[in-house]
Amino acid sequence: MVLKFTDMNCQEHLYRGVDRKLITRRWFFEQCGVGLGAIALSQLFGGKACGVSPASLSNPLAPKQPPFPAKAKRVIFLFMAGAPSHLELFDYKPELTKWNGKAPPAELVKGYRAAFINPSATLLGPKFKFKKHGQSGAEISELLPHLAEVADDITIVKSMHTDAFNHAPGQIFMNTGTQQFGRPSMGAWVTYGLGSESTDLPAYVVFSSGAKGTSGGASNWGSGFLPSLHQGVLFRSSGDPVLYLSNPKGIDQQMQRDSLDSIKRLNQKHLALVGDPEIATRISSFEMAYRMQTSAPELMDIAKEPKSILEMYGAEAGKTSFANNCLLARRLVERGVRFVQLFHEAWDQHGNLVADLKKNCRDTDQACAALIKDLKQRDMLKDTLVIWGGEFGRTPMVQGGDDGRDHHPNCFTMWLAGGGTKPGVTIGESDEFGFNATTDKVHVHDLHATLLHLLGFDHTKLTYRFQGRDFRLTDVAGELVPKLMA
Amino acid sequence: MSSTISFILLFPRLHAADAVKLPPPAPRQVDFLKDIQPVFLNNCYECHGPEKQKGGLRLDKKEAALKGGDSGPLIVAGKSAESLLVQAVIGSKEDLARMPKKRDPLSVDQIALLRAWIDQGANWPESGLTKDRDWQKHWAFKAPVRPALPTLKKRSPSSNPIDRFILARLEKENLPISPEADRTTLLRRLSLDLIGLPPTVAEVDAYLSDKSHDAYQKQVKRLLASPHYGERWGRQWLDAARYADSDGFEKDKMRYVWFYRDWVINALNRDMPYDQFIIEQIAGDELPNPTQDQIVATGFLRNSMLNEEGGIDPEQFRMDTMFDRMDCIGKSVLGLTIQCAQCHDHKYDPLKQAEYYRMFAFINNDHEAQRVVYTPEEQMNVANLSRQIHEAEMGLRNANPQWEDRMGKWEDEVKNNQPPWIVLRPTVEEISTGGERYLPQPDDSFLAQGYAPTKHTVKLFVTNDLHHITAFRLELLTDPNLPCNGPGRSFKGTCALTEFAVEAMDAKNPTNKVTVKFDKATSDIELPEAPLEPNFLDKSDKKRITGPVQFAIDGTNETAWGIDSGPGRRNQERKAVFQCATNVGFPNGTILLFQLTENHGGWNSDDLMNNNLGRFRISATTNDGPVVADPVPLRARNIFAIPRERRTPAQMAAIFSYWRTTMPEFKEANERIESLWKQWPKGATTLTLMARDEPRETHVLKRGDWLKPTLPVTTGVPAYLHPLPEADKPGKSASSRLIFAKWLVDRKSPTTARVIVNRLWQNYFGYGIVNTPEDFGMQSEAPSHPELLDWLACELMDPATNSQIGPAQPWSLKHIHQLIVTSAAYRQSSKVSPALYAKDPYNRLLARGPRLRAEAETVRDIALSASGLLNSKIGGPSIFSPAPEFIFQPPASYAPFPWKEETGSERYRRALYTFRRRSTPYPALQVFDAPNGDFSCVRRMRSNTPLQALVLLNESVFVECAQALALKTLQEGGSTDRERIAYAFRRALSRLPSSDEKAELLSLLRKEKRRGAEGWVNANEISTGKNEPAKNLPKGAMPTQLAAYTVVSRVILNLDETITKE
Repeated sequence: MVLKFTDMNCQEHLYRGVDRKLITRRWFFEQCGVGLGAIALSQLFGGKACGVSPASLSNPLAPKQPPFPAKAKRVIFLFMAGAPSHLELFDYKPELTKWNGKAPPAELVKGYRAAFINPSATLLGPKFKFKKHGQSGAEISELLPHLAEVADDITIVKSMHTDAFNHAPGQIFMNTGTQQFGRPSMGAWVTYGLGSESTDLPAYVVFSSGAKGTSGGASNWGSGFLPSLHQGVLFRSSGDPVLYLSNPKGIDQQMQRDSLDSIKRLNQKHLALVGDPEIATRISSFEMAYRMQTSAPELMDIAKEPKSILEMYGAEAGKTSFANNCLLARRLVERGVRFVQLFHEAWDQHGNLVADLKKNCRDTDQACAALIKDLKQRDMLKDTLVIWGGEFGRTPMVQGGDDGRDHHPNCFTMWLAGGGTKPGVTIGESDEFGFNATTDKVHVHDLHATLLHLLGFDHTKLTYRFQGRDFRLTDVAGELVPKLMA
Repeated sequence: MSSTISFILLFPRLHAADAVKLPPPAPRQVDFLKDIQPVFLNNCYECHGPEKQKGGLRLDKKEAALKGGDSGPLIVAGKSAESLLVQAVIGSKEDLARMPKKRDPLSVDQIALLRAWIDQGANWPESGLTKDRDWQKHWAFKAPVRPALPTLKKRSPSSNPIDRFILARLEKENLPISPEADRTTLLRRLSLDLIGLPPTVAEVDAYLSDKSHDAYQKQVKRLLASPHYGERWGRQWLDAARYADSDGFEKDKMRYVWFYRDWVINALNRDMPYDQFIIEQIAGDELPNPTQDQIVATGFLRNSMLNEEGGIDPEQFRMDTMFDRMDCIGKSVLGLTIQCAQCHDHKYDPLKQAEYYRMFAFINNDHEAQRVVYTPEEQMNVANLSRQIHEAEMGLRNANPQWEDRMGKWEDEVKNNQPPWIVLRPTVEEISTGGERYLPQPDDSFLAQGYAPTKHTVKLFVTNDLHHITAFRLELLTDPNLPCNGPGRSFKGTCALTEFAVEAMDAKNPTNKVTVKFDKATSDIELPEAPLEPNFLDKSDKKRITGPVQFAIDGTNETAWGIDSGPGRRNQERKAVFQCATNVGFPNGTILLFQLTENHGGWNSDDLMNNNLGRFRISATTNDGPVVADPVPLRARNIFAIPRERRTPAQMAAIFSYWRTTMPEFKEANERIESLWKQWPKGATTLTLMARDEPRETHVLKRGDWLKPTLPVTTGVPAYLHPLPEADKPGKSASSRLIFAKWLVDRKSPTTARVIVNRLWQNYFGYGIVNTPEDFGMQSEAPSHPELLDWLACELMDPATNSQIGPAQPWSLKHIHQLIVTSAAYRQSSKVSPALYAKDPYNRLLARGPRLRAEAETVRDIALSASGLLNSKIGGPSIFSPAPEFIFQPPASYAPFPWKEETGSERYRRALYTFRRRSTPYPALQVFDAPNGDFSCVRRMRSNTPLQALVLLNESVFVECAQALALKTLQEGGSTDRERIAYAFRRALSRLPSSDEKAELLSLLRKEKRRGAEGWVNANEISTGKNEPAKNLPKGAMPTQLAAYTVVSRVILNLDETITKE
């Protein structure tokens, strides 16, 4: 009988292509090692049970080596939901100033579909000043003075483009590689491929800040058809960081430990009786939950950070902010969490472009730059990939009076840092209006392909069989972007 | 065949540029299955595959391919440059067109791979797709035939035919079947499987004391007859039907489709034959004289997600929902991955892209309707009221025998009393819509779709040469795509018009403009002033009201013209006429700018509690003298156009219903009828399909892109599946959904019956007989017991086996359930030895019974049931179970969502009824792998994670269950701790604890009692969550005792066995 490894219990994907007998043996070593005595084990396996360390195997998210040498070991994705204006932040277009108030050339907007505006809406010049920064001379807006300080540590990609121009489909596309809901997010793919180095925190942690929530909702960090333990876990920056982390009212630490000990012993008795290794996994799950009850609040307690660090980020203990989340992201990756994603929904400037961008940059610029500096000073930037960007860009054409821009998929800017990216370069160009990406175009699929490459994967090979075919993050597309990589 | 005919047609190469330069071989080891076959598949099989073999070449079979075609051998192993294959793809061979002929040339990389493969020896493994590509031999594409029961070496211990198949396979593997599970375990397993709830202690006792030979069969019968059966198995179907209570995407607003959910539950409880079950869901509305239920059933296809974020093109997302519907039909009914053919011919199955769109054409002709529906009680009420109204009107007719003449005279008088109205065709100023889409309709009206802002002023402008305009008319029109048929977009299909304003500009000199002043406004519905309903509260202090149409020209934002005339009559056309104070228009032509202010929506622009116009049309008249809104309803006026002798009685009645209201002498009857209308029940709404009069044209879409239609297609079905039923071959109703529905459940369908019995099986044993339940195609997993699958499929369609619950009807699902649960295979103990586990870790051979963690809903229902909190009411609107507030607020949710946590016993309804919001799935269910309805799901994951532990330990309902179980235990569980522990244990696990287990729990109990007594913890907090003592604490019981029992109960409810079907 041929068994497929497609739809099994959650751990089974780990053993793709491994001899079945070995798997079974492992199951018993790793799982039953938790509950059964050595005698029972040796009975099961003819005395060959010695020398196996259950701890390393009992975690279904145990870290795995990628197939190729990896530059990045973990990822922090700063997702600027709502789609920031590339024209005000990174992609300076003096020509657009000259065209301010004029209709765009007809051939440029021929066949163009916009969300709200008429394609014949007039052009709008950039609202902020730009300067060149660092050795690299990266052109960055006056709105981002802190980022400008680390210009030589980041890679700016001015030639991003995408397929979607409505928020929910656009966000889902950026996060899962398709506009359809129900596919695994990149964080899920990465933990599926690499497991996690943390045994008491989830492998994939998500924070959300800003004025609204994301348009794509929980599907932005979902596991799709991958086993659900690859789902991103939404942390809250105040209260219980993880849902249901705290004991019920009145239950103290001792009582919780007593209860868990009883549960464990009763489960062990039953395991001995019925032999289902799933019970052993249940026992480990409860133990990890218990560890999480301690480690998650410890993680969240940023008051223990030195004042200088808090100041660098602009973080304040006890508050909820993007800055706090950036600091928490660093604390998470330090603790072995594989993928951290911060959603900051604030960037949908159909109107109020000038004031809102000022506010958003005040809220985020310092912390983004601090994250890079902090990772660097801890020597973690080299293998931590930081990505900043939204789901698409904004139109060079005006929306409303003269203070707004519409959704725009043809061209936008993202930046990356660390994890094997090439620091201090700017990749790609757009046309004189910032309307179309023109040189070194990078599609969302290309970004995904490159991300997986940096983590040690061939993006065409990290697949999962579902509905009769092998799915991957990059669907049927994706080209590496060599210029991005060091 | 002549050697001059190459395997490619004889086309002289026209341009040397067609040839690609010969690239070097790829510098790596090449794998045929991974690297080469996909190249063949995507580029060659169309002409050299199973269907066509141009030039005598067939590339999908090893032997044939290596032999080559009419042009000779294709491959010279080790010598790629000399191989015809390589020469053909670069186009370097004389007399051969560059291959593939009809497609783009292969990429340099692909040619490099082909070269490397040939140079490395052209290794073509026997395994892989190749052998199976002959789809005509694929088992699942042939209709099932009832197989003979296998003969066994040993005598079967069971008369159940299922066991013959299982035992035959076990004999082959030299494995014995396990002994039957003990009775308590078995009853708990059966009860969890059939109704999703554990048995009560009384039920266990009754079963244990029933010594009759058919005691077990009696339990099967009891449980299959339970109304909870429909809940348990309905949930399975709702997964496949991607049921959810919200739209998904950014707005993710609440939707009302729970009538459909209840329809599923009821249909299963009645054991509706499966073929009928499908027909009603796909096309219930097209059955003759469909009942409300049959229409409600079409909510099945409507369960797709819906995007209404600002700035979307509604057609784009309508097409997305269409693709989703196809995917759902493919997975849930056909068990085929038809969605692959949305963009291209299916890569593995013989499904052509055009065939996909031919099926698509069957379901592409509907309105996205939302209808008013009534509970059975309300339906009785509606019938009664309709009858009384009808009787009252008949009474009037009888009392006035000349009514027809008098009505005729009246009709003649009013028939032509309307001034000529000139319908204007304005243009919408896009920027003013707030993201709403105003779609121009053929009758020059606008249909509002997409995002619905709660407050906005839409501007429309038009230029014309009218210069004596005396009045404007605004018609509010109904449309099947509006809630409840419109004419508004509120959840009731109503709307409110805050202000109506017009500016007129000189077309030659637009700075010369006037704001039009209105003398008065009239409408065909003048409702009294009333406060705006609470749904539309905008959190302002302003007193917002609706009332007569005058409110639309009074210059204030707080008043609006309202049209909600109550249940039963609110969803009809309305009109308003605005009389100008002075004539409007400039001699050189006039630009008219209309501003329609719609500010009477709610506060939260993202939950779409809008009150917007749905479909409307603007006209003008130059008629002198006063003009008022026509009081005659549009539908009556439309009937005037029909010659009297040709009118139906219903049409006459429609006119009569209005005419009688104009007759002062009918006052008494009119008032009586009016009072009957006031009693009309509120009803609810649900999403349904409604066929359009004009079918849409369906096209094959290039790469599945809705903006790239290519060839138009008619309805049809894939050639590799069964044909349309003979009687339904293309003809007058060839494109109806009903035909498609009947085709889906035709007995000749090779997959339909197999797919559903497989899914039932999967739910019992954890794995289907085919473990790819969504895909029975070429890429599917081979069945573990192919004959059993076919036998069950045939038994479903044509039951031939005695049922213990009465004679089975064709397509009876309960019959199959009954056969499965009475089999010895099902009744085995689930204990597993290491040896057996090693041999069969997933229990595909069934040498033991199933042992599986219960599904998400059941996990919660077990706790509710054990604690005694369960409210077992069936059906009704979805409920807001306790959940952390923050997940429904930004930034966790895009916009605030009104999750009003239930307080009374509704809190403890079965988990099936928990409101399912797609973008913020209910955490305690999601964590146990409940799907969120984004797409059709026919197989749930079964994970085992730390987050599950946190939910079981700490989530509020689970905590309340532990507290309630503790209290109940003290109240009813006996007088000693041993008795009480046994009592609590048994409520959760059905069995008694072993002495070991009892000792463990006793020791915990004593320790926690002591800690409580010593003051280490606050006993009341533990027992009630508050710093106050529990109510109903039995006499003599101490709060510390209750607290200790709460701890013990929590442990019991957290055991692996508690949440497991053992």
